[in-house]
Amino acid sequence: MNAIALSDLDISYSDTKVVFDVDLAIAEGESFALVGESGSGKSTILRAIAGLAPEWTGSISVMGQPRSHRVDRAVSRQVQMVFQDPYGSLHPRKTIDATLSEPLAIHGIGNRGERVEEMLRAVGLDQRFRFRFPHQLSGGQRQRVAIARALMLEPKVLLLDEPTSALDVSVQAEILNLLKRIRREQGLTYLLVTHNLPVVSFLCDRLAVMRKGRIVEVADVSQLKAGQLRDPYSQELLAATEGA
Amino acid sequence: MTRPLLEVENLRVSFPTHRGRVEVVKGLSFTLGRERLGIVGESGSGKSMTGRSILKLIRKPGQVTADRMRFEGIDILAQSERQMRNIRGARISMVMQDPKFSLNPVMTVGDQIAEALVAHQNLPRRDVQARVVEMLHAVRINDPERVAGLYPHEVSGGMGQRIMISMMLIPEPELLIADEPTSALDVSVQAQVLDIIDDLVTRKGMGLILISHDLNLVSRYCDRILVMNAGRVVEECAAGELDKARHPYTRGLLAAMPTIDESRDELPVLDRTQWAGT
Repeated sequence: MNAIALSDLDISYSDTKVVFDVDLAIAEGESFALVGESGSGKSTILRAIAGLAPEWTGSISVMGQPRSHRVDRAVSRQVQMVFQDPYGSLHPRKTIDATLSEPLAIHGIGNRGERVEEMLRAVGLDQRFRFRFPHQLSGGQRQRVAIARALMLEPKVLLLDEPTSALDVSVQAEILNLLKRIRREQGLTYLLVTHNLPVVSFLCDRLAVMRKGRIVEVADVSQLKAGQLRDPYSQELLAATEGA
Repeated sequence: MTRPLLEVENLRVSFPTHRGRVEVVKGLSFTLGRERLGIVGESGSGKSMTGRSILKLIRKPGQVTADRMRFEGIDILAQSERQMRNIRGARISMVMQDPKFSLNPVMTVGDQIAEALVAHQNLPRRDVQARVVEMLHAVRINDPERVAGLYPHEVSGGMGQRIMISMMLIPEPELLIADEPTSALDVSVQAQVLDIIDDLVTRKGMGLILISHDLNLVSRYCDRILVMNAGRVVEECAAGELDKARHPYTRGLLAAMPTIDESRDELPVLDRTQWAGT
């Protein structure tokens, strides 16, 4: 089964169309990357799947179920998103405990205390962080909280929007290892947005290169590792990463 | 041997906290000739504070002390604010991280670049305009006459950073400090911007201090590298010999970075207890 299937997808923000005619099928358990420069529409696709960019036409289905244009509880149980900036994506006046319990409360799931404890363990955070506020945590710890929050509803798919680009290299390594381990343990599907090709190489199975709202190439990660991307623009990205 | 452009000896920067003063730069020493020096480190390593203290941009209650901090024979610490104004921009200038926050949003690009020039040199207006256009051309902006009339929100990030660079270089300083000049930019634009900096610095024989958290990037564009951790230099080496780095911190940083042909199943994580007492 496809975890995510997009067909003829166009996405606009009011009058401006930013994503054109995207067709994509991501298998269950796969880790898929969208790469490209700023403004190429890669984050917009994630936002549309999560329900944050409601002006789209075409079809989006998640775990075989078509998605409506509205906020959809069934979909949120299946798909959760982790954002780029751990400084901006956590509520500054809520404790970690409150942040992690909120999705459970919304969906009427009980046994919250225990689930929060368990999740903190899963993302490698000590229990003493449970009643702290985000400003008492480092960037890497906050990103762990953001990942924990996304996992609270036990989704099948994680949408990751540049999850490590705001972090230092050594912290990035920790978060990448965490993401890799969680995916293995829980059998998750990842859709990752990044412009860092080495991260794709470490974490993903396939990638799509986007430019100006269109997918220009879909490739296997082995092609990326061998430097064998076909499209001239993908080649350009590859050259920029490897350096002159 | 010629006199170095910049000499720094035992530089210390500290800030007061409720638990007493905390030193963020702890006794840094280096000399810089007309070369390209890279300062690398993670957040909180004190690399930006080092760059700022050279321009005396650290405000109270921050405190800067050094046994010696001389630029072309001028004792920077002894300069008054007024004297510093003749050095900042004119002789030492600094490119900041994010063009979105560093450009004046209500002034056209051309006027901002011209301001940098007029503040330090007395030139007829026609010459100023010509220099601005010439400078924009030097940072590879097509159609510089049109761009000079635009406002910052009308240009892209990469273009904004090139505008910043032209503003910093138009008074022809002897030393350029670039603090994470490309980390707000796309990968594909990063190389372009650094190539421009590199080209101009080499051509004019300036000194460059490139501050970044990206080891690979710094090794590509600098001659010499200082690796900082917790306010101290832990390693100094020639850029080409980075792979021979010995300090566990430098080695850890290098290993923690995924590569384009990554085959490791797990990335090694820095063991922070291995060095220093923290």
